[in-house]
Amino acid sequence: MKLTRRNLLILSSAGVAATAMGSLPAFASLTDDAITELTGGATLGEGAITLTAPEIAENGNTVPVEVDAPGAVAITLFADGNPVPNVATFKFGPLSASRSASTRIRLATTQNVVAIAQMEDGSFQKASANVKVTIGGCGG
Amino acid sequence: MASGVKPRVKVPKTAAAGDTITIKTLISHKMESGQRKDDDGNVIPRSIINRFTADFNGQNVIDVTLEPAISTNPYFQFEAVVPESGEFTFTWYDDDGDVYDTSKKIEVS
Repeated sequence: MKLTRRNLLILSSAGVAATAMGSLPAFASLTDDAITELTGGATLGEGAITLTAPEIAENGNTVPVEVDAPGAVAITLFADGNPVPNVATFKFGPLSASRSASTRIRLATTQNVVAIAQMEDGSFQKASANVKVTIGGCGG
Repeated sequence: MASGVKPRVKVPKTAAAGDTITIKTLISHKMESGQRKDDDGNVIPRSIINRFTADFNGQNVIDVTLEPAISTNPYFQFEAVVPESGEFTFTWYDDDGDVYDTSKKIEVS
């Protein structure tokens, strides 16, 4: 194959794709590690926490997300496709009404957003949502 | 980033005792993630707000730990209970040690 500009482009895009594929599991396990660190390996319940995120985000730089977990003392957000999985931790004080909060986050690529709520009795609840990102928010 | 940081907060002016009110906060801040590179390929150092707290008459409402994955101009919306008239205090903590704060009074009937 002659090294024309077109061929070079094809080659380089394939290379980028391969790198992206290869690094995904690494990110996912980073998230799992972070979750285990938070929960101490406790089993994660489901149902008592709601995570609202858009199915498709056109701009990964600002993705609106909302978490709601009645009876939670703290909620932590993770994004498993970001270079650093931790996103934010909300700790609720005595004057917090509903245990809910919304904010805007950065997502590097299409990925799962995971919310872990620590309940008053010390148990943990998990919710996740897949967000498709059209333009990544890492500015690389 | 000590310049150009402007906190904006929306709190209702009046409420009934024990009511749940919705609070919206936004602060202008570039939230440099530490992942980006400049034109010469050098990493731009991280510079973000790493903590945000909201208190009412000295009692905590919400305490948020922020990571670089929070968007530029961090925005938060949450709900609080107001037992009596008083003042909300909102505080943002910058990586460079700066602390920005603002407060809002609320009349409870």
